Amino acid sequence: MRIYGRLLHAGIRQQSTYRLAALGGLIANATFGFLKVAMLFATVRAAGGTLHGYDIGSMSTYIWLSQGMLGSINLNGRTDFSDRIKTGDVAIDFIRPLNVQGAHVATELGRSIWALIPRGVPSILIGAVVVGMTVPSTPLPYLAGICSLLLGFVISATAVYSLGTAGFWLIETHGIQTLYMVVSGFLAGLFVPIYLFPHWLLAVAEVTPFPSMLMYPTNILSGRTTGVDTVALLAQQVFWLGVTVLVGHALTVRGRRKLEVQGG
Amino acid sequence: MSEPIIATEHLTRRFSRRDPDGRLGLRRTTLTAVDDLSIRIHPGEAVGYIGANGAGKSTTIKMLVGILVPTSGTVRTCGRDPLRERRQLAREVGVVFGQRSQLWWDLPLRESFTILGAIHEQGRAALTDRTDELVTTLGLGDFLTTPVRALSLGQRMRGEVAAALLHRPRLVILDEPTIGLDVLSKQQLREFLTAERGTHGTTLLLTTHDMGDIERLCDRVLVVDHGHLAYAGTLDDLARTSGAKRILVVDLAESASPLTGIPHTEHLSSQGNGVRQQLAFDPDRTSAAKVLAAVSERAEVLDLSIEEPDIEDVVRRIYHSRM
Repeated sequence: MRIYGRLLHAGIRQQSTYRLAALGGLIANATFGFLKVAMLFATVRAAGGTLHGYDIGSMSTYIWLSQGMLGSINLNGRTDFSDRIKTGDVAIDFIRPLNVQGAHVATELGRSIWALIPRGVPSILIGAVVVGMTVPSTPLPYLAGICSLLLGFVISATAVYSLGTAGFWLIETHGIQTLYMVVSGFLAGLFVPIYLFPHWLLAVAEVTPFPSMLMYPTNILSGRTTGVDTVALLAQQVFWLGVTVLVGHALTVRGRRKLEVQGG
Repeated sequence: MSEPIIATEHLTRRFSRRDPDGRLGLRRTTLTAVDDLSIRIHPGEAVGYIGANGAGKSTTIKMLVGILVPTSGTVRTCGRDPLRERRQLAREVGVVFGQRSQLWWDLPLRESFTILGAIHEQGRAALTDRTDELVTTLGLGDFLTTPVRALSLGQRMRGEVAAALLHRPRLVILDEPTIGLDVLSKQQLREFLTAERGTHGTTLLLTTHDMGDIERLCDRVLVVDHGHLAYAGTLDDLARTSGAKRILVVDLAESASPLTGIPHTEHLSSQGNGVRQQLAFDPDRTSAAKVLAAVSERAEVLDLSIEEPDIEDVVRRIYHSRM
């Protein structure tokens, strides 16, 4: 595990070299956050002040927590792994004494953790100071929320890794990455909480791993979910973590047999 | 003799390709990149693996280290099955791909060594000692704190070689390690590899299009042609087998007519009204001394030099002889 810890650290260091880019990301987060405030606050007010359990304060909490997580959760589907298959650099991954999936997930997790510092926490602070938000008054939601947040990061990393393995067969994965970006953001609850969806769409979202990446951590951190419900959400996250790890592993094993190193 | 460090038996790899002339691109053709290749390399050897572009060199290497799955045949590297024991094998083998980087692009060069040290589970003291040794011998000190993306190609290649050798591998495989390097950088790299082999007894397998690499580093060559092994033996024997000739260049005291008619010798050219003449001879059928004696009977020789066969020419001859 020490090796993967070192790769996680490498992911943090790699990401930390692009500080101006992180500032750009923070500005984008905040801008998008204010747009969501305008739209979703209007929706809550139009609904009479509460909507599916959200009032103005808790909706603000949802908005700024989800905005804060945006830099850490990979909802665009782009991965180093698919790029490395396309360029042939994946050959390097297979000459290291490492589990290729584990190495990529550790590095991606490092990037996610780093993104909290220049993008995640400042986004939440901007929302708290400028708009205001309702936060839990007991420590448990924060502790469980941090666990859920980390699970969300890892599920996001394992899911996009699995997506990247499509490169073994397709080489060019831009099309399915775009599809992933559209679907994952929507079903993860990035644009609106999934609880505002029609029942059938909510049911669809809940049988995908996407709410485990963003919606469930947001629920737990904001205190919307408590007690047994929190445990249930964490259990679902663990389930999706297992599924995405197994799928990624199976695809890597099969894809390796198909591998052609591009570029000689 | 000791157990081979690399042994392949009837190793074959085929790739399926979409036929561009097929309707709707549905028809596929099969390309055989490596075809029934059986080779053995023993510990401590330095072997050049040469052939034209697309001859199957890189595909072979990728099967040797477990990147690619063979279509058929067997391969053992360091006594291991590269597919089943890829991760264990990676601890015993260092690989340099001249066109690819195994360094962390955004981080200072030194951090790549730290990360690789952790990946290979080297202890802190061992890693420090080895890093210091490589920094000194490869001259990396001036740019250890520079991000990899900001290094020149020559600097990066030295960093790549250090990265591949950091864990003291028994076997080092270099795939076009000097590609794009200037003369000085090539020379530094060759000197380092020679010293490394002398000090640690490291086995080298080298693919290159630069015959200078082969001549200076390797004591045996394997020539591959369309995936087949076309030749295995020493460089000298390679030249002899191919029928390539040595060239005697003589500077005469005064002008002379072309020196033709010397047994087993071909007059190639004359310059300066015949003062300098070039004679090619087959070393299997005559010797430089006999040719020189024959020349001396006809003219006074002031100076002479002997040019060895050009390796590229030798390989070209082997290819042509197989067509």
